[in-house]
Amino acid sequence: MIISRFLRRGISTSTSPTRRRSWWDHVTPALKDPINAVTDAFLADPCPYKINLGVGAYRDDEGKPVVLQCVREAEGKTGATNFLESTSTAISSKLVEESAKLIYGEDSDVIKERRFAGIPALSGTGACRIFAEFQKQFYPDSTIYFPDPTWSNHRNIWGDAHVPDRTFHYYHPDSKGLNFVALMDDVKNAPDGSFFLLQPCAHNPTGVDPTDEQWLEISSLFKVKNHFPFFDVAYQGFASGDVERDAQAIRIFLEDGHSIGCAQSFAKNMGLYGHRVGCLSILCNDKIQAVAIKSQLKQISNTMYGSPPIHGISLVSKILSNPDIKALWLKEVKVMATRIQRMRATLREALERLGSPLNWQHITNQVGMFCFSGLTRAEVDQLAKEFHIYMTHDGRISMAGVTTKNVDYVARAIHEVTASDRDIKILHNIGAYKVNTDICSTSLGTKKTRARGMNLAL
Amino acid sequence: MASTLLSLASATPSASLCFHEINKGKLNLGCINKEKTNPFIKAKSFGRVSMVVASNVSHFEGITMAPPDPILGVSEAFKADDHELKLNLGVGAYRTEELQPYVLDVVKKVNKLLLEKGENLEYLPIEGLAAFNKVTAELLFGADNPVIKQQRVATVQGLSGTGSLRLAAALIERYFPGAKVLISSPTWGNHKNIFNEARVPWSEYRYYDPKTVGLDFEGMIADIKAAPEGSFILLHGCAHNPTGIDPTPEQWGVIADVIQEKNHIPFFDIAYQGFASGSLDTDAASVRMFVARGMEVIAAQSYSKNLGLYAERIGAINVVCSSPEAAARVKSQLKRIARPMYSNPPVHGARIVANIVGDSALFKEWNAEMEMMAGRIKNVRHKLFDSLSSKDKSGKDWSFVLKQIGMFSFTGLNKAQCDNMTNKWHVYMTKDGRISLAGLSLAKCEYLADAIIDSYHNVS
Repeated sequence: MIISRFLRRGISTSTSPTRRRSWWDHVTPALKDPINAVTDAFLADPCPYKINLGVGAYRDDEGKPVVLQCVREAEGKTGATNFLESTSTAISSKLVEESAKLIYGEDSDVIKERRFAGIPALSGTGACRIFAEFQKQFYPDSTIYFPDPTWSNHRNIWGDAHVPDRTFHYYHPDSKGLNFVALMDDVKNAPDGSFFLLQPCAHNPTGVDPTDEQWLEISSLFKVKNHFPFFDVAYQGFASGDVERDAQAIRIFLEDGHSIGCAQSFAKNMGLYGHRVGCLSILCNDKIQAVAIKSQLKQISNTMYGSPPIHGISLVSKILSNPDIKALWLKEVKVMATRIQRMRATLREALERLGSPLNWQHITNQVGMFCFSGLTRAEVDQLAKEFHIYMTHDGRISMAGVTTKNVDYVARAIHEVTASDRDIKILHNIGAYKVNTDICSTSLGTKKTRARGMNLAL
Repeated sequence: MASTLLSLASATPSASLCFHEINKGKLNLGCINKEKTNPFIKAKSFGRVSMVVASNVSHFEGITMAPPDPILGVSEAFKADDHELKLNLGVGAYRTEELQPYVLDVVKKVNKLLLEKGENLEYLPIEGLAAFNKVTAELLFGADNPVIKQQRVATVQGLSGTGSLRLAAALIERYFPGAKVLISSPTWGNHKNIFNEARVPWSEYRYYDPKTVGLDFEGMIADIKAAPEGSFILLHGCAHNPTGIDPTPEQWGVIADVIQEKNHIPFFDIAYQGFASGSLDTDAASVRMFVARGMEVIAAQSYSKNLGLYAERIGAINVVCSSPEAAARVKSQLKRIARPMYSNPPVHGARIVANIVGDSALFKEWNAEMEMMAGRIKNVRHKLFDSLSSKDKSGKDWSFVLKQIGMFSFTGLNKAQCDNMTNKWHVYMTKDGRISLAGLSLAKCEYLADAIIDSYHNVS
């Protein structure tokens, strides 16, 4: 945006307090972040039974945010006030080491040989951004391949680091599952040595994860193509309830000898959203290279914000290094993941009980916090307007926002707004076609008339 | 193609020596060791099928060490020194008279309070904790300031001074492409790095006059005048780092005049509000003067020193605009910049500050502790000055020690003299002649005076 300076030429008298220089006229209002915009709309809604299925923050069955017990215990032990420069470095190193063990496996060669460069980062976003800057610095002409779709902020992160992005096929809208064939094609057709962003588990926004077998194939192809795999690990433990299980994709790549990069977030799996704790690690050939790379990563973070805040770092490092607290954490992660799995099953059953002929398998097939419902933009808007249920425009539902109390309501609302899809399905099923449809009665007891021109060829 | 060439490179460290010509670690692919056997073909059994597959050499093979941080290097050298009289005057972190790190009582109180409250740990909004943003702007500009009342300040919580500066730098890069930031010569070492990373061009204005060990005011004014119209002038609000030399109020007035004449934008870095004089209001006088003239001002704040919250990374970026509508737009763009950097800022430091400033009893306590910290440094300056004046018979004017303010003092010692300070006297300081008075105790002032006098007179 080239701003013509002479538009801003100001008055040059000096001391009048009423004269105002106006430097910022050319600054337009930024587009709202799509995910936060959902929360804003939700908050602005006065309806008492409104439901927020937007942002991916865990809620308990009462719909309340949760501070994990393991966090409270770690708080008790860390003596929050005594963070001095000397202890800060030690605590940061501990955080990196424990994070690496968690994702790469305690017994991994990478850990034993200290073949990784790691720094604490501002949660997943911060880790991704530091990596994007690092990628730009050392591979200035490279691009990044994102799965289609991916978390909305990925594009901005690499974009602000001036790394152009491309996509590879991922989600199959028809099956609401993985488009594996197209994915492998795209991986194959990308230039050798391309950078790819992969989500190892609980893909955001689709909830669609490759199987282990598929990961093996992806890893093999990556080897042939010498691609760089960068993993964004935001949900370790949230997908299956088991942190080891959820790290499988990474372990597969490790075993195949890839030197990967990894952004880890503790926002969701430890409920430390506001503390901004994460870790960026890059695997190296050896310890020496690890030291060099770490110094470069630190330099990037030093010019962005210095270092991440010690409070969160200290909590995570305590949780992961104290066996009792870690055991408690693993239990609590399982509880959270299980509740979400149960809500998935319950929502699907509820929709099936309502007699929806549409296929809702994907609700239970998909994994992790999010369900890519397949709802259209219009249906999402209708859910917000008429039912006060909020989700992102792409139809992504945060299952963490579903509770035993609201699941029936959510099911009925979805059932209602998909009426026209149902009609299409029913008509398909009975082999008829129709023009200008019809009245559909809702299970909430009100009749709604929709004038619709539908011309269905068989 | 980068990747194919890389895959031919040897995996051993010796090959990476070829990449030493790297500028900032960027790969120079002109040098590849082809003599070694191709190490990337390995037979490996995966347990599912044995095959010969390329074992991938790291993509980041040739990356060299980043240059070491000069300030932290001093601390490291200090740690390695066994001498009993050693003194660390390197890094600018406050120490007590016993030379111990200090956690403010008021911070301990609030930490306990927060632990008891047990508030949730949800994401803050992108712009940070609302309660924090409110009090931080009021602290800087004064709660009754018209700019606050008229909602003309865009305030966004940032990660201490560094993070706040970076947000502003990104804003400048985006909306004033090509505009320069003028930084003082010398200035805090990280300023250049921040602007470099943000791709904002910068140049220096004269500041430190080694002849007077004071401010080169004429040089400063001349350089600000000479800068292209619409430049950003980075000013230290108080307690200039590294020199400790601040303009007088009259000089600030002239600086403001020149900035207005040239249609520059004043960009304040306020890392020591309250820490310089002991009074939060006094230390904000320069910023408030500019704002009172109706100027649009950028101001980055940090609570690292004045609340000792170094490790919690709490600060803010403020942009004073000509209208509330402009402030809203600017704020939205600051958020747009922050989201792909870290999504939203950390909650803990913000809660500490909000609780302290928002509670009159705690706020009073904080003011008292700050006066105590600033007071200790003033006492140390006095003792050092007295020691220097009484021990040095040459008639040299050491009064700059008293005139300078804040944690740091530019001694006027050159590099060789600084080396002497370290090698002979085991006094650790940065090579630009800066000493951190926060690391000096009254008990050590005489020793330091001896060291300075010896280095100044006997080494050139």
